[in-house]
Amino acid sequence: MIQVEGLTKDYGKRRAIDGLIFHAEQGEILGFLGPNGAGKTTTMRILTGYMPPTAGKAQIAGFDVVDDSLEVRKRVGYLPETVPLYPDMSVFEYLKFMGELRQLRDVEDRVDEALEMVHLEERADSYIGSLSKGMRQRVGLAQALLHKPEVLILDEPTIGLDPAQIIDVRNLIRELGQERTVLLSTHILSEAQQLCNRVLIINKGHIVVEDTPERLQARLAGAQRVILKVRGEPDGLDKMLAAVPGVLRVNLRSDNALEFEVTPGQDARPAVARMVIGAGFDLLELRTVDISLEEIFVELTREEPQPPAVAEDLEDASALDAADGDEEVEE
Amino acid sequence: MRNIWTIARREYKLFFISPIAYVVAFLFLFVLGLFFSLNMYGAIRQLFMGQSSAPDVQIITGPMITLLLFTVPAVTMRTIAEEQRSGTLELLLTAPVRDWELIAGKWLGTFLFMASLLLMTGVFPLALNLMVKPGIDLGLTAANYLGLLLLVSNMLAIGIAVSALFANQIAAFFIGLGAVLTLWLLNNVSQYVTGVWKTIVDALDLIAHFLSFYRGIIDLKDVVYFISMTFLFLFIGSALIEMRRWR
Repeated sequence: MIQVEGLTKDYGKRRAIDGLIFHAEQGEILGFLGPNGAGKTTTMRILTGYMPPTAGKAQIAGFDVVDDSLEVRKRVGYLPETVPLYPDMSVFEYLKFMGELRQLRDVEDRVDEALEMVHLEERADSYIGSLSKGMRQRVGLAQALLHKPEVLILDEPTIGLDPAQIIDVRNLIRELGQERTVLLSTHILSEAQQLCNRVLIINKGHIVVEDTPERLQARLAGAQRVILKVRGEPDGLDKMLAAVPGVLRVNLRSDNALEFEVTPGQDARPAVARMVIGAGFDLLELRTVDISLEEIFVELTREEPQPPAVAEDLEDASALDAADGDEEVEE
Repeated sequence: MRNIWTIARREYKLFFISPIAYVVAFLFLFVLGLFFSLNMYGAIRQLFMGQSSAPDVQIITGPMITLLLFTVPAVTMRTIAEEQRSGTLELLLTAPVRDWELIAGKWLGTFLFMASLLLMTGVFPLALNLMVKPGIDLGLTAANYLGLLLLVSNMLAIGIAVSALFANQIAAFFIGLGAVLTLWLLNNVSQYVTGVWKTIVDALDLIAHFLSFYRGIIDLKDVVYFISMTFLFLFIGSALIEMRRWR
């Protein structure tokens, strides 16, 4: 449904996105994850026909976003980051206007349907200027749903909503994602985790990683993190710890606890325990912690002198294994 | 075509939602009324002194073109600049609407508003018609109003093209005013140049083309001038939108 090949966009000398390659199928919710300024909005703007790419191709439902821009725009529902609304129109007028621009038949029925989907029926006659941020967000979403598009592109759809509304909108997206293609951007990881079938982590215009949220987590769950506490100052313990086979990246925390990772598939804890006791320390705590998606995210999008080579291998994301991905970002 | 109409209708309605339209319409009609009264007073005095004939529609349309110079940029400054500032331009440019349809719709909406305003100024010729005997020259009045409509059409196209350049309404107003004023002042430049330059300056001269209508002459070349200038600036406006995408 969405087919992107080598998409590149320059703003003057600054390269916003660089050779993005990805695709999304019908009935799939693809999450676009990345820090601010990573190129998420740029990519979405190209896909919606707002601006052309500097290089590369993008197709939606078989239509090129540059050559068949109008056909693409007919098939895409788009919610931009700053929800574009006319504050001096009523909700109903606004949606009717958008429906007329899309030349829909039975515009008023469509507007009613869309309002129902976002639970805004009672506010149909309110002026948009008088609505709360959450409601405006939902009006924007209604606008994107008006023409029952095959592809929905949502730029940070839950931003500014209260927790109850976030749940509502997420449920709606999940529902919509069953038969449509949804591309959504977010920087909330739990959202990507809950909603998306697949996650693309993008940083500085490059795709850093592409995988299902479960597998992303599993990849790093193998590399467990262990916390070790001893009574008193752990003088010299970090060096001894690093010497234990299977222990990686020892880190002395400010609270005197030691944190380290172990090579995947290996439990170094018994060896560590023996070493600690052998060295004459009182062992207080030795426990493993899971690495959250947040940490993976921070890890993957850290400042790097060179874009990681992982992106090239991503055409076959399954070929990546945990150790591989980990090493690439360590540099 | 339907898109043009949809956009034009919203644009037209917006004038009556926002206070701008009322302010602009009120000031325009109020100042025009002042000019009308003053000119009538002057004409009556001259009449008593036996120096001139009865006043005609020119005492209304004359001041009107000066007022239009300021009114039209005030009407067009918002059109694209405001969409740009509030981010709604992104909405319009990702809807299945062609760039020229957007510009044409904006032009049509503002044109309908200005045409409504010109219609309202019709009270002045009507009043004048009652005051002079045997009534005013209707042919001259028609020619003047046709000229005004064409002039307004051209000025609106310029204003909208300028508005497409900016995200700031004030900037759009002043540059729009400057652009119209430049074409306007070519009338004064005309006497200082010769040869090819004079041909070019005279061809582009906004006021010279209006003056024939003002004198009651409907010349095809003036009609063609205003219509082609309107299309030219609407084309420039679409091109500016298109360029905005590539930026």
